[in-house]
Amino acid sequence: MVIQANLTHFKTLNEQIRACPDADITVGCCTGQRYIASGMSGRRITVHGTPGNALGAYLDGCTIEVFGNAQDATGDTMNSGEIIIHGSCGDATGYGMRGGRILVEGDCGYRGGIHMKAYEGQLPVLVIGGQAGSFLGEYLAGGLIIVLGRGVGGLPPVSYFCGTGMHGGKIVLRCDEAPQGLPRQVLVSEATAADRAELLPHLEAYCRRFGGDAQALAAERYFVLTPNPEAGYKQLYTFN
Amino acid sequence: MPIDFLYPEYEVIRNPGRCISCRICERQCANGVHLFDDKTKKMTADESKCVCCHRCVSLCPTRALKIVKTDHAFKENANWTGKAITEIYRQAGTGGMLLSSMGNPEPQPIYWDKILINASQVTNPPIDPLREPMETRTFLGKKPGHIERDAQGNIVPNLSPQLALDVPVMFSAMSYGSISYNSHAALARAAAALGTYYNTGEGGLHKDFYGYGPHTIVQVASGRFGVYKEYLEAGAAIEIKMGQGAKPGIGGHLPGLKVGPDISKTRMIPEGTDAISPAPHHDIYSIEDLRQLVYSLKEATGYQKPVFVKIAAVHNVAAIASGVARSGADVICIDGYRGGTGAAPTRIRDNVGIPVELALAAVDQRLRDEGIRGQVSIVAGGSIRNSADLLKAIALGADACYIATAALLALGCHLCRTCQAGKCNWGIATQRPDLVERLDPETGYQRLVNLVTAWDHELKEMMGGMGINSIEALRGNRLMLRGLGLTQKELDILGIKHAGE
Repeated sequence: MVIQANLTHFKTLNEQIRACPDADITVGCCTGQRYIASGMSGRRITVHGTPGNALGAYLDGCTIEVFGNAQDATGDTMNSGEIIIHGSCGDATGYGMRGGRILVEGDCGYRGGIHMKAYEGQLPVLVIGGQAGSFLGEYLAGGLIIVLGRGVGGLPPVSYFCGTGMHGGKIVLRCDEAPQGLPRQVLVSEATAADRAELLPHLEAYCRRFGGDAQALAAERYFVLTPNPEAGYKQLYTFN
Repeated sequence: MPIDFLYPEYEVIRNPGRCISCRICERQCANGVHLFDDKTKKMTADESKCVCCHRCVSLCPTRALKIVKTDHAFKENANWTGKAITEIYRQAGTGGMLLSSMGNPEPQPIYWDKILINASQVTNPPIDPLREPMETRTFLGKKPGHIERDAQGNIVPNLSPQLALDVPVMFSAMSYGSISYNSHAALARAAAALGTYYNTGEGGLHKDFYGYGPHTIVQVASGRFGVYKEYLEAGAAIEIKMGQGAKPGIGGHLPGLKVGPDISKTRMIPEGTDAISPAPHHDIYSIEDLRQLVYSLKEATGYQKPVFVKIAAVHNVAAIASGVARSGADVICIDGYRGGTGAAPTRIRDNVGIPVELALAAVDQRLRDEGIRGQVSIVAGGSIRNSADLLKAIALGADACYIATAALLALGCHLCRTCQAGKCNWGIATQRPDLVERLDPETGYQRLVNLVTAWDHELKEMMGGMGINSIEALRGNRLMLRGLGLTQKELDILGIKHAGE
C-alpha cells in the first residue's frame, strides 16, 4: 500500500501506517514526519522523501528503506531489523542500538553509533559510506561501526573525539593512515584477515544496495579501533 | 602506612556471660567481622570490617551483641571533624573519589520538620475516616483544560492516559542490579496488592516480573539498558530518567562484577561487562530533544501510556520543570537531594541539588503561574519518611510521592549506607545468591503492604482532621500548612505562612 505523507501530521501518518494491514508499505512524499515505524516489527517500509527524527526508534524487526536523507536519531535504541538510507543521515544515528543493521550510503552527522551494545546473538552494525561527524562511537559498549570514507580521499573519515569512553565493540575506518588524536580509551591497529572477514558481509550488503565491488572494497586499507583495557572506564573509587 | 590507619568506627560489644558461641553471627556477617577462635573456643570480632548493619545483633539468639560507635576520637575540632580528617586520609592513601550510598546524611535543614499541619476546630468540623468516605485515590496524567464535543454535541473521548493510584504513594526507581531479585519481587507484589506502582529503574525488567506489568513503571535512562518494544509495552507507564536526586548531573556505573547471568539477560548486555549510564542522554540537549524522546516512546506504544520525566531537584528546577511540562510529558517526578542511591560520589551526594520541599513548592507555583499545572502531574521523592511528609508534599503541590528508602527499610534495610560494597547482609543491595535468599519476598511484600496501608490510614486521619475528604482538595492546599522557625524567604518559597499567622 502507498501512503502519501505530504503535510500530514506525524501522529496521523503513523496511525495510518500502524493501521495498515499490509506487510509492505510505501510512504510517498515524506516531508519530515517524525517517529515513522517506531517500535515496529514484521513490516517492510519504503520511504520516499525525507523522514523526520527518530525514524525506526526501538525498531524490532522491520526493514526500512529510505530514498532520500534521514534526519536525527535514526534507529534510536533499535533492537533488530534493518534501515537502509539512500542518502545521508543526521546526528545520533543508531544511539544505543542493540541489534540489526543501519546502512547509510553517504555521511553521518555528529554522535553516530553512541553507546551501541551487543547482547547474546545480537550485534548491532552501523555502516557509513562517507564520513562521520565528531563523537562517533562514544561510550561504545558493543557492536560494529564501519566508516568507508568514500569521497574523502584516504583521509580518516571521522572527526574529533571518536570513541571517547569506548568500553566494548569495534570501529573500523577505511583510510590510508591511522587517525590522530584519539582518546586514550581507544587502541588503533591495522585490520587483520579476521577483521576483513567480519567486514565482508556488511560490505556486501552495502554494495548490493548502493553499488560497488565488495571484494575489492574489503581488500583496501582499514584501521580498527578497539577499547584499551588499560584505560578502562573504571575510575578509582574509595569507599567512604 | 601508619598515617592511613583509621580506628574502626564501630565496636562490637559481646556480653561474654550471654554468648554461647553458636557462631550464628559469624555465618550471618558477609563482611567477616565475627570469628570463632579455636584455641580459646570463644567468639572474637574484627570490628574494622563492621558496617553497623545490625544483622548479627538482630539474629543473636541470646542478645549478647551490640554495636556502638567508638569513643576513640581525634582531638575535638568543630571545623576539622573526625569525618573530615578521615576522608582526607582515605583520599591521600588512594587518590580515589569518595564513594557513598543511600541518601545524604548531613545535618542540613529538613523542611518537612519545620512545617506544621492544620486541623479543624469548632467550624468546618473534622471528618472521621472510619465513618465517612475518604478518598486517597488519585490519577496521574494530563488533565484536560476543557471538554471537546463533536458536531452532535457528544463528548469527544480524548483524555490522555491516566495512571490510577489507590494510594498516593509509589515505589521509586531502583534497578535490578542495584537491588536484588527478591527485593524486586517484594516491591512488584506489594505494588499490585496496594493498587499502586513500582519502578524498574534503569536495569530492565526481569522476565519473571512481566506479569506485574500493569503495576510497573518501566524506566528509560541514558544507558537504555533492557529497553525494547516488549519492555515498553509491559509497563503501565514509561519514565525517562533525566536525573537522580542523589547524584544530579552524573550517570551511573554498575561494575561488571555485579553483571551476572540474570542481570545480563535483564539489562541485555554481556555478562561481566560494565554497565555505564552516561551523564546525559546523548540525544537530548534541549527541551525540544526531550520532546522527541517523549513522543518516540508514545509513538512506540500507541499513546496508551503516560510518560514520566524524572529530574533531580536543582537550582533552576522550576524553569526546567516548566520546559518538561511543555515537552509532552504527562508526569514530572522531582527527586530531592536527600534521595537514595546504590552508589554516588560522596561530594556530589552531599553537596549537589536542593531539598525536595523547596523544589516542589517552586515547581508547583511556577506551573500555576504559567497556567500549565493541569498539563502534568507532579510526583515528589527524595526522602519522604512518613505519612506526615507525604501529606505535606501533597499540600505543597504533589499529586503523589515516590518512596524508596522507606520501602527498603520496610524490607529490612538498616541504613548502614554500604550498598556500594554489594555485600548487603539483609539481602537487598546484593547479588550474592546466599545473601539474596535471606530476603523472603513473601515477608517483604507483606511488610511493604503494611507500611503503605498504615500511612494511608494516617493520611486519612490527618485529612479528616483538616475537614478534607479527598486528595484533590488537599493537593496544593498550602493554607493547611504553617512554617515553624523559617525565614520569610523560606516561607515565600514554600508559599506558606508562619505558625500563628
